[in-house]
Amino acid sequence: MATYMEFIQQNEERDGVRFSWNVWPSSRLEATRMVVPLACLLTPLKERLDLPPVQYEPVLCSRPTCKAVLSPLCQVDYRAKLWACNFCFQRNQFPPAYAGISEVNQPAELMPQFSTIEYIVQRGPQTPLIFLYVVDTCLEEEDLQALKESLQMSLSLLPADALVGLITFGRMVQVHELSCEGISKSYVFRGTKDLTAKQIQDMLGLSRPAVPIQQGRPLQTPEQPVISSRFLQPVHKIDMNLTDLLGELQRDPWPVTQGKRPLRSTGVALSIAVGLLEGTFPNTGARIMLFTGGPPTQGPGMVVGDELKTPIRSWHDIEKDNARFMKKATKHYETLANRTAANGHCIDIYACALDQTGLLEMKCCANLTGGHMVMGDSFNTSLFKQTFQRVFNKGFNGEFRMAFGASLDVKTSRELKIAGAIGPCISLNAKGPCVSENELGIGGTSQWKICSLDPSTTLAIYFEVVNQHNAPIPQGGRGAVQFVTQYQHSSTQKRIRVTTIARNWADAQSQLQHIEAAFDQEAAAVLMARLGVYRAESEEGPDVLRWLDRQLIRLCQKFGQYNKDDPNSFRLSESFSLYPQFMFHLRRSPFLQVFNNSPDESSYYRHHFARQDLTQSLIMIQPILYAYSFHGPPEPVLLDSSSILPDRILLMDTFFQIVIYLGETIAQWQKAGYQDMPEYENFKHLLQAPLDDAQEILQTRFPMPRYIHTEHGGSQARFLLSKVNPSQTHNNLYAWGQVS
Amino acid sequence: MSVNQQAHTGPPYGQPQPGYQGYQQPAYGGQPLPGVPQSQYGAYNGPMPGYQQPVPPQGSLRAPPTSGAPPPASGASLPSGHLAYGQFGHGDVQNGIPASAAPMQRPPASQSFLPGSAPTPVSQTATFQQYGPPPASVQQLSNHMAGMTIGSTTASAPSPAGLGYGPPTSVPPVSGSFSATGSGLYTPYTASQGPSPTSVSQGLPLAQPLFPGQLMSTQRLPTQVPGFAPPPSSAGIGPSSYPPSTGAPRPPTMPGPPLPGQTVAGPPTSQPNHVSSPPPPSTMSGPHPGPPMSGLHGPPPPTHPPQPGYQMQQNGSFGQVRGPQPNYGGAYPGTPNYGSQPGPPPPPKRLDPDSIPSPQLNELPPQQKPRHRIDPDAIPSPIQVIEDDRSNRGSEPFVTGVRGQVPPLVTTNFLVKDQGNASPRYIRCTSYNIPCTSDMAKQSQVPLAAVIKPLATLPPEETLPYLVDHGESGPVRCNRCKAYMCPFMQFIEGGRRFQCCFCSCVTEVPPHYFQHLDHTGKRVDFYDRPELSLGSYEFLATVDYCKNNKFPSPPAFIFMIDVSYNAVKSGLVRLICEELKSLLDYLPREGNMEESAIRVGFVTYNKVLHFYNVKSSLAQPQMMVVSDVADMFVPLLDGFLVNVNESRTVIASLLDQIPEMFADTRETETVFAPVIQAGLEALKAAECAGKLFIFHTSLPIAEAPGKLKNRDDKKLINTDKEKTLFQPQTSFYNNLAKDCVAQGCCVDLFLFPNQYLDVATLGVVTYQTGGSIYKYAYFQLETDQDRFLNDLRRDVQKEVGFDAVMRVRTSTGIRATDFFGAFYMSNTTDVEMAGLDCDKTITVEFKHDDKLSEDSGALLQCALLYTSCAGQRRLRIHNLSLNCCIQLADLYRNCETDTLINYLAKYAYRGVLNSPVKTVRDALINQCAQILACYRKNCASPSSAGQLILPECMKLLPVYLNCVLKSDVLQPGPEVTTDDRAYIRQLVTSMDVAETNVFFYPRLLPLTKADVNSDSLPAAIRNSEERLSKGDIYLLENGLNIFVWVGVNVQQGLIQNLFGVSSFSQISSALSTLPVLENPFSKKVRSIVDMLQVQRSRYMKLIIVKQEDKLEMLFKHFLVEDKSLSGGASYVDFLCHMHKEIRQLLS
Repeated sequence: MATYMEFIQQNEERDGVRFSWNVWPSSRLEATRMVVPLACLLTPLKERLDLPPVQYEPVLCSRPTCKAVLSPLCQVDYRAKLWACNFCFQRNQFPPAYAGISEVNQPAELMPQFSTIEYIVQRGPQTPLIFLYVVDTCLEEEDLQALKESLQMSLSLLPADALVGLITFGRMVQVHELSCEGISKSYVFRGTKDLTAKQIQDMLGLSRPAVPIQQGRPLQTPEQPVISSRFLQPVHKIDMNLTDLLGELQRDPWPVTQGKRPLRSTGVALSIAVGLLEGTFPNTGARIMLFTGGPPTQGPGMVVGDELKTPIRSWHDIEKDNARFMKKATKHYETLANRTAANGHCIDIYACALDQTGLLEMKCCANLTGGHMVMGDSFNTSLFKQTFQRVFNKGFNGEFRMAFGASLDVKTSRELKIAGAIGPCISLNAKGPCVSENELGIGGTSQWKICSLDPSTTLAIYFEVVNQHNAPIPQGGRGAVQFVTQYQHSSTQKRIRVTTIARNWADAQSQLQHIEAAFDQEAAAVLMARLGVYRAESEEGPDVLRWLDRQLIRLCQKFGQYNKDDPNSFRLSESFSLYPQFMFHLRRSPFLQVFNNSPDESSYYRHHFARQDLTQSLIMIQPILYAYSFHGPPEPVLLDSSSILPDRILLMDTFFQIVIYLGETIAQWQKAGYQDMPEYENFKHLLQAPLDDAQEILQTRFPMPRYIHTEHGGSQARFLLSKVNPSQTHNNLYAWGQVS
Repeated sequence: MSVNQQAHTGPPYGQPQPGYQGYQQPAYGGQPLPGVPQSQYGAYNGPMPGYQQPVPPQGSLRAPPTSGAPPPASGASLPSGHLAYGQFGHGDVQNGIPASAAPMQRPPASQSFLPGSAPTPVSQTATFQQYGPPPASVQQLSNHMAGMTIGSTTASAPSPAGLGYGPPTSVPPVSGSFSATGSGLYTPYTASQGPSPTSVSQGLPLAQPLFPGQLMSTQRLPTQVPGFAPPPSSAGIGPSSYPPSTGAPRPPTMPGPPLPGQTVAGPPTSQPNHVSSPPPPSTMSGPHPGPPMSGLHGPPPPTHPPQPGYQMQQNGSFGQVRGPQPNYGGAYPGTPNYGSQPGPPPPPKRLDPDSIPSPQLNELPPQQKPRHRIDPDAIPSPIQVIEDDRSNRGSEPFVTGVRGQVPPLVTTNFLVKDQGNASPRYIRCTSYNIPCTSDMAKQSQVPLAAVIKPLATLPPEETLPYLVDHGESGPVRCNRCKAYMCPFMQFIEGGRRFQCCFCSCVTEVPPHYFQHLDHTGKRVDFYDRPELSLGSYEFLATVDYCKNNKFPSPPAFIFMIDVSYNAVKSGLVRLICEELKSLLDYLPREGNMEESAIRVGFVTYNKVLHFYNVKSSLAQPQMMVVSDVADMFVPLLDGFLVNVNESRTVIASLLDQIPEMFADTRETETVFAPVIQAGLEALKAAECAGKLFIFHTSLPIAEAPGKLKNRDDKKLINTDKEKTLFQPQTSFYNNLAKDCVAQGCCVDLFLFPNQYLDVATLGVVTYQTGGSIYKYAYFQLETDQDRFLNDLRRDVQKEVGFDAVMRVRTSTGIRATDFFGAFYMSNTTDVEMAGLDCDKTITVEFKHDDKLSEDSGALLQCALLYTSCAGQRRLRIHNLSLNCCIQLADLYRNCETDTLINYLAKYAYRGVLNSPVKTVRDALINQCAQILACYRKNCASPSSAGQLILPECMKLLPVYLNCVLKSDVLQPGPEVTTDDRAYIRQLVTSMDVAETNVFFYPRLLPLTKADVNSDSLPAAIRNSEERLSKGDIYLLENGLNIFVWVGVNVQQGLIQNLFGVSSFSQISSALSTLPVLENPFSKKVRSIVDMLQVQRSRYMKLIIVKQEDKLEMLFKHFLVEDKSLSGGASYVDFLCHMHKEIRQLLS
């Protein structure tokens, strides 16, 4: 199967796409029997070093309902200067610019290696990126100080022409005016009252007093960026000013009495931030960055009351339907998230507190708008500081690794329909002939909006084969899918990336082995996991697990070879061999298990699971465990308690945590100080090796994982022990695997 | 506190007093030679103690002190005994005066004693007199005696003594009074005491003599003093009839004098007594010289219009001596005493509408007067009354030891010595003698009301109320009615318990407060404790008296400045900011504190509000905009209210920047209610009380709570809907006011309207929170700047209390039923004021709910709980004792017309909220007619129906009432805007008596008559055009405006001197200040203007009016004795109308 593996990898590298099945069953019935749906993981902006964007408009199919982009899959009649859409078979004239086209003079989009191509187009005025800081001031002095520093630092990381704004909140919400000299002004809002966008704009003086002004100055341009500039100013103009302002930020001055939580108006603050941008910069790339140090305690979106004696809701409370504010708060944030998404803005949440901060309720803000969600213990940790810094990381070509306001349009050939997508997106409700009635994830549409994305943002897209059982394999034997992603590049250019892929059809009855061989178990595991997690958001945990189990059983039933009543005869082909193991760890993962996790943590984990690419997702499902010892080079070992040996150093990467665990003996050696003795330099190297590797991971991952260095018997060892398969414990040696 | 104690000496005195009441009198009366002791007594008595039987002890103590005034700076009030004497003289006089009042009441006792000597009723007075003599040692006394002498000649033994004294030069006026008294006994005291109302009343009758009506007077004449001519009191308006002839008849009656008088007095009204004096009239006719007496007695006499008459009398008798003192009533008082000594009934004034009243002025030969029309000079003249009172009572301190004594008029400058009753600066009553029963009260229709100014400013010579700390358990109070410990509480059972003087409940004295009683039943520490010996004092409140059981924080001032287009353009914003920079250093502070404890905050606003963070640690102020005006809140806590000194630089920077920031504003709309809400919320958040200073320019039409619409509609005037102009257009502000009061948020409003801005609505909160409104229509920097800044300075600096609750407790039998003023009431008894400053007055009306007793009188205790400007919670207590009467005449004799007018005006001004203005006016006239008719029916001697008889104390009632009726609120002229009316309506509601007095009857001073070499003001003249001379310059002030009226024929030199221009035509009426010129006349005029400005709580607007200029219309509006353009009656017309009404009622 090496070929398939290569094929898959190659495709992924080129197109950022991984399908669960790389040979497609040709009938609906067969497809459903495959258990794992036909789906793909798409990384729309996958970084391509070798893909220089082209500076012209894509050529579109002229059929209004199709509008597919000219691709290498299209049939071209060079003489007639015609091309046939491979989705709707419409024949289209090339535009005049393509007059010189010929077999030897092909535009890039017709070359097979450009199955993925990026266009730079001129659409509308370019507006600079917008960063609106929404800062909680109900923090401990130390935290606030750290946060202020991070924010000040971030100013230097922003694009020079980016607009920044600042909203602070505590008991009140303050929108700071950044333009003024001398006295610093801010507009203040009550933290308990929800306002409509219109009200907010009126109160901020942003609504345009159309009549009088026009009379006075009829020549006024329709565009009035001046108005909004009071609150959003180019960084280069006001960075000193803003730095000072941030420096003067005080903790929320309202007294907090004993036994109370500070009153924190997160809900209103967000609402105002959304309203502000909505009124001034709709449909331009903007990030609302929320920094909060605790749960919202008042106003719309409050998650918990201000009485400390009533703790914030736990999973237990939620199960018992005992979370008073949850539904209302969730609704508030959902409304906000939808508005934000409609405007093409995104909301990041940076929540740093020891207790929960209401991520459960607020998660949709980040989930629906493609914003980041970061959870830490304090703003004064490197976890936050570096993660935040990494938001502004630049890619290989010096561009920010962020894009805004993307819309993803999926087109399929007739035998396929689109069932839905799971990822940081919302539906654009584009109905069409290729939209399936069966929904998986966010369905009912062929277009989604992804307000913010980065090169690793990955969506799962699910398809349904609609070819009837008896129908022949479609003409040409291949099915095709085209992904058209329009987005605002961080350089503020508008770009369109088009990926067109095709896969062979196969008759599942006669060619099952082809299909089987073309199974991408990794992608399938992730795709199934996303489905499971997606379900877990709305269903009871056990139901989801049961569903997952059943799917696994059915898959094994379908593809496994066994003799009835003989467990030992069970065999799965190589392309399926890892799949059950993924499922096993998935069941135990925090994505599906809420035990020992707060609702916030669950939301946090699930958020990241729904947007990371395949590799990272797999790590999340099944953490990677490397062993370092004198016995050989570092090697991955089973995520099993049997891998824990005294003379090993283990490095576990769960995506959220990096754990370095020194085996018993190693730990003793280290304590004895052998690493400092020149004659034991190799020991020193051994100790150093996992640190270096961990550092490498830490450098690249977003959000930055929690870094744990521990040893045998250390209290932090629990992070490792809780992940490994407990094959060996004090009382059930070898008990696993037995059917009980 | 200790101050009082010096009084150790006091005790001795005190003791005697008790004795007095009973004994002394007899003793004295009989023997002219009181032993040494007597002398002492005399002294005491003089003070009043003696008289006031009810409260003897106190009186004594204090009396001396007051008199002592000169001596000890300390307690002024309690000079040592010896001193007392010396002082006495002075003191006595003063005391005496008050005492006189007392005497009246007491009739019974006195009678028994004095039978022989003097008319019974006056007995007390008599006693005094007697004393006086003995102590004679004191020169001062002698003075009085002088007066006495005269009297003596006429009648009783005392006289001799009097003679002896005579020599003393001391106070001439006093002497005068004595003389009047005729009886030697009185002389000394009477002089002092005599003046009391009674005397006055008498005076009036005198006047009458002139008229046919005189008959009445004649009857009374019985008094010994035939010598005196019953001066036809000015009051006596009687027809020209004065003809001496009438006088003649009287004499006859007179004869009966001494005794008859008594008899008469006893029974019906005191009047007869008064009359007695009249007889002399005939004699008097001669020269006026006599006046002397008037001086002394004068006090009461205010009524004197009759003076002229008196003078004559006096002259007759005394001639020379009195010469110096101008004519007056002084004489009258004296006389009256004689005659009736007892309680001479108030001398009624009579007016025969059809006939011409007799001229009051001596100069005018009665007969000459034509009868066809009423001579304006013959009708009671406010100027005359004021002058009389001033000269009679202005020179001596008013000592408050005696129950029910009528204080001098508000127009009189006098010092007050607190000896157990609150100073009239704190409380004034419509009557100091209350009918015992509600039937009487109803019959008389005289409203029983007290005008209370709890935090009144005292002149520097008077001592502020002492602060008493009763420790953790708080002030000692009656268990049942919760009245606070006061001088009237009676200690019993050896001091272990005390009986409440209000409800009679007996309460245990708390152990820590226990003190033994001396043999008179008085606590030994009587003089050590202000609450036992003074009428006004303060308690330190304990935490129980604080909101939420927490001691209050120091209050805060929040300045809220309108920065809309109008305000910025007119330069107002800049002006305010500039001024605040320096003004903030003068925030009120307590006593000797280094800096004010008051914190300040700043807000600007137009359609939205801008709060400023001026925390001292900031380099720059921070502005916080709140645009959610629908739901106001305060955006910051820390840094909004700051200490001025700590945040000085930040505040200065802010005040510099505010005008700049809004220099280009185009915002014309404003909000208003949210501004108040913001202030309120700020104070709430800071958990303190405070005051908002709002500078506002326009009708708040921006979308916000409390948004108003322009509903001005002059067509509503004189319709049933007129009242809506005074009502707020929305109840929103009422609710807001309630919240403000609950928090102790007082709102002061400075308005700068260029058009209608609905003062009636905007002022609601101000009004109900005890704030002040200042209005500067068409504000212009050049002309109005000074006025505004002065007002602002004063408003910011003046003493103010916060979060105040006032309750008035009364003796069983009457009850405070109605309240007028700027405050809020959440129940029927407690007056709540978010802020109460030294200018705010509350008028309280009392009604009977049971009978009162003549013996115990009626007591008032006004307790004000408030937070001082340093944040200290205190209780200020004012106590006042009043007499009670079963004779209506006593009521009429002890009335205070100015106070009455204050009450009536407030009552009427409230009435317009609910009834058509016409109804209100009619009701006023009707009530007044009933009052006078009742007097005529019950107190005046029978006379022809054609005669108008006015009680001496109320002879100005018609003229003042007419002024009220003609005021802008009740009868607006065409140029008066709706806002003005609402403004004035609210303004009057919290005016004190002095303010209403000058507001309704403006002061008109002939500037050209001013003596440039003296400090004094020229004598005022009556407010009538016919009094103005084309060749003179006049100044008219009513507390809001100062007009300088320039006649067309004024000498050029004067014009040059005053205006710096060469001719009349060059005078600019646009001037808002007089040019500063270096010449005596200019200096004098400017000093007069300055002096007037200082006297008033608001800086008056100066308007130059040239005769026959357009502005003269406005000016004429204030000539209140004339017919007004808006239809108001002239004084004479109104008097006739009144008379008709009375006749109707009587028939």
